[in-house]
Amino acid sequence: MRAQERPLIACPQCDLLLREIELPPNGAACCCCCGATLYRNRPDSINRSLALALAAAMFYCVANAFPIIGINLQGSGNAVTLLQAVHDLWNQGMHLVAGLTFITSILVPALELGLLLYLLLPLYLGKVPVGVSPVMRLLQAIKPWGMVEVFMLGILVSLVKLVQDFRIIPGVALWSFGILTLLLAALASSFNPRDIWLQLDKDRDGVID
Amino acid sequence: MDWPGISAASQGYWSCHVCDLVSRPEPTDPQPRCPRCGTRLHQRRPDSLQRCWALLIASYIMYIPANLMIMMETGTLISYREDTIMSGVIHLWQSGNPGIAVIVFVASILVPLFKLLVLTLLLLSVRRGSTWKIRTRIQLYRIVELVGRWSMLDIFVLTILAALVQIQSMATVRAGTASIAFGMVVVLTMFAAMVFDPRLMWDQLRKRTGHE
Ligand SMILES: [Zn+2]
Ligand SMILES: [Zn+2]
Repeated sequence: MRAQERPLIACPQCDLLLREIELPPNGAACCCCCGATLYRNRPDSINRSLALALAAAMFYCVANAFPIIGINLQGSGNAVTLLQAVHDLWNQGMHLVAGLTFITSILVPALELGLLLYLLLPLYLGKVPVGVSPVMRLLQAIKPWGMVEVFMLGILVSLVKLVQDFRIIPGVALWSFGILTLLLAALASSFNPRDIWLQLDKDRDGVID
Repeated sequence: MDWPGISAASQGYWSCHVCDLVSRPEPTDPQPRCPRCGTRLHQRRPDSLQRCWALLIASYIMYIPANLMIMMETGTLISYREDTIMSGVIHLWQSGNPGIAVIVFVASILVPLFKLLVLTLLLLSVRRGSTWKIRTRIQLYRIVELVGRWSMLDIFVLTILAALVQIQSMATVRAGTASIAFGMVVVLTMFAAMVFDPRLMWDQLRKRTGHE
């Protein structure tokens, strides 16, 4: 393919008009004007992302089903799951704080994993899921609001604060949140939206690979 | 500053922010859509500056009660204390956790302030048509986008502590009013960073250097 025929792209941060170039595996193209990352080449991105998303979904369920931390003070104690914590705070009248925690640590991560699985499972099986465009649009819109890694740091800070006054009983969800954080970070670096669009273009043009 | 190149907009190209496809819609089309994914296209984020200013001013207003009012009430059998964000940090430092104190200080005080100041600087520089240190400014914008989420740390700590530490009369933790204002600051500044369009800075540069 001649350089002239490669598709045009525009830098999302400075609008420089460029032509795409071929990338080596794991390479990334950067804008020569402002330095923004334009696109990446992630080999085998769909399979790897699917595996990571399935594992993350499992740990997400464990992290939400079991207590995160328990505390004990002279025989009486308390332990809460994430959802209970949100529920308790809501009942204490702190609706905004409870709502923010619910959206960023429960709702958005679940939605993100659900939508990714909805996209990746059919693609893995060689089919094209219905409604790729709205799903991708939604994924992009909610992405900044998923904050599992920040919540994990919040758990650690809480532990340090609690350990002075209470006996701490680490819950199953504590470890699950740690693993979930790592899996989501790996997923974010392996998932490549560009591959989804290329796959879609290929199917639309009827080109057999 | 070397030659900043030709912008897609000046050549009549519109790029899609969802699928990155660059297309050239009919000039007569009042509401162009992406031919690949159907997303509404905008050459620049709509009303970027006005929306960013509005969100930023609201954040500044909320930043004051967030720092002056009570963030957390802690009660035990023998003691009761009320903490603002800053006094909570100092208490952490004095009780032998300087590392955690620094983390909370950075996430709850430094990061929101940094976001407010950088966004103000970016908005003012675009309004004045400035081309000053444009590479530094775009770096600052990227840092704001990257670190903004970490301010939510205190909200999460508060959720965990207020829900967990409810042991009859022996120990209780309650969230204070500042948490509402603080949550608003985090959300408003995140929206402000999202509606700001960094391409506006380069438009100024290209106009100034006479390339467009
Ligand atoms: Zn660029
Ligand atoms: Zn598109």
